[in-house]
Amino acid sequence: MIAIAEISSLALKSILRNKTRSILTMLGIIIGVASVILLVSIGQGLQKYITDQFEQLGANLVVVVPGRVGRGGGNALAGGPPNFNGSKLTLADADRVAKIQGPIESVGTGIETPGSVSYLGKTKYTTIAGMSAEYLKIRNLDVSRGRIITTSDVRAGRNVVILGSSVIEKLFGQGVSIGKEVSIGGQKFKVIGILKSIGSGGLGVDVNDFAIIPVTSAQKVFGMKTIQVIGIKAKTKEDIPQVISVVKKELLKKYKDDDFSVVDQSSLVESINQILGVVTIALGGIAAISLVVGGVGIMNIMLVSVTERTREIGLRKAVGAKPNDILYQFIIEAVALSLSGGIIGVLIGALGSLAISQFVSTSVSFWSVILAFGVSAGVGIIFGVAPAARASKLDPIEALKYE
Amino acid sequence: MTSLINLKEVKKSYKLGDDVVVEALRGINLEIKKGEFVAIVGPSGSGKSTLMHMIGILDKPTTGKVLLDGREIGKLKEEELAVLRNKHIGFVFQAFNLLSKTTATDNVELPLIYSGVSKIERNKRAVDELVKVGLGERLDHTPAQLSGGQQQRVAIARALVARPSLILADEPTGNLDSKSGVEIITLLKDLNKKGNTIVLVTHDMETARNAKRIVSIKDGLIVSDRKS
Repeated sequence: MIAIAEISSLALKSILRNKTRSILTMLGIIIGVASVILLVSIGQGLQKYITDQFEQLGANLVVVVPGRVGRGGGNALAGGPPNFNGSKLTLADADRVAKIQGPIESVGTGIETPGSVSYLGKTKYTTIAGMSAEYLKIRNLDVSRGRIITTSDVRAGRNVVILGSSVIEKLFGQGVSIGKEVSIGGQKFKVIGILKSIGSGGLGVDVNDFAIIPVTSAQKVFGMKTIQVIGIKAKTKEDIPQVISVVKKELLKKYKDDDFSVVDQSSLVESINQILGVVTIALGGIAAISLVVGGVGIMNIMLVSVTERTREIGLRKAVGAKPNDILYQFIIEAVALSLSGGIIGVLIGALGSLAISQFVSTSVSFWSVILAFGVSAGVGIIFGVAPAARASKLDPIEALKYE
Repeated sequence: MTSLINLKEVKKSYKLGDDVVVEALRGINLEIKKGEFVAIVGPSGSGKSTLMHMIGILDKPTTGKVLLDGREIGKLKEEELAVLRNKHIGFVFQAFNLLSKTTATDNVELPLIYSGVSKIERNKRAVDELVKVGLGERLDHTPAQLSGGQQQRVAIARALVARPSLILADEPTGNLDSKSGVEIITLLKDLNKKGNTIVLVTHDMETARNAKRIVSIKDGLIVSDRKS
């Protein structure tokens, strides 16, 4: 057999001789690979996004939320989302939790509700969050200017507010904001600080678009007796299971099992990622089917090509090509077609994922690129062998007579 | 002169279906020596195509022996036959059989690719042969840009480029107008004068008369073998 380099050059020449056909043949692979890359990148982007969001919530965090959430092994979301509106949790519950003997560093409370903040006729619709001083700390929230809400603000139920930067901008523009009075739920609140931006402050909430008031003031303004979240910071990561169990035990003295849930972020992240992982694999799998269809397309064209080029094959054999020279030329043609299709597909998939990342977070992973390459090369070999074998076995006499 | 190819009691039969056997060659004895210009003539169905395949070692006999350069081809594997064809036989076909969308030079290089000649050397030799057949001005033309006569000259250059022992031309003028046909025959005669061995297969006695020796075949047997 002649050198692989020579055969490869023959194969490439023959691909270039039929540009339109080659591109059409590659199209199946291009679409297949691009969709695998794109869908997997969206799935992985979502996973990464959610992990990041939870990490920003603060470390070693255990939360008590109303309603039945995340029970039952791997399927953590089986109980449905937290039932914030039907909450029975109160500030007293948080105090009781804080008194538990155990590896608990701090306990905070929170309420979130959509609402508006007005100043001199300008109104900004935003999220009004009532938080205890501890809860602000647990959620890693701080001010860039002014002062933070203190325990005494909470205890006294003072009408003070910390505003996110986009709220500040809408209401005050470049003007002075600290010390001014804004109106929230019909009551006057004194602006005491500007929230430090930490990107998106957890679970897709933009902290720049936040107005934080003491949790007690929030209960007053919105006429609530309950709270929505008790945030508990465990001393170390290893303490989390113990914290969950003691908190649960304490709250069960007062509530039924269905009234509340105690979850830690890592188990939530894990279960959400598990679900997203399955979705990613499913999406990738569906896209991979189109790769197989693309492979069948290559085989189809290669078979047509062998028939169409029967005389050429006969001639090559007559002038001295051995069966293996022909075999490898056709296999290399198929592999070159599917690999170039793979490369173009990866580029298009990556570009597409870049474009989509404007709206949804995406992440093109190394393994999905390697997999796409591997699969497209494999597809080329698998679907190229049959036509190549047919070509290599052609009888030169018959092939030369072929019209 | 030494013997180049030697057929001894060559028979070739084909099976068509279960019981129908066609005997294409029924005992051929033929020796071709170096430097000869032999025409093989016969009507269609005479077995001349099968005989051409034997001489071109594209096919093996059912019984009998074909010796090329002293080696018996019946015992060789397909790979070895390919090497022998590459080294010894230059084919010229009625339908030219050039690769489409491929330049004259690249077409002529083809046999050298399979004998492992380097790219630079291939190109040099291909250009040399094209100049010799009078196509030095059309090296980069594709078959579609060449006339029938020019295409057949590319094919002859391709047959010559590997310096084979034998040029085997199968109806080389069959697809050409008479003027181009005459030019091709003249070219083959010149090549023979320069020492090339040529076997011309044709159904046309007129064309055959250009050879020095005419072998007539009918019903799978040689009916006459004489000097022209």
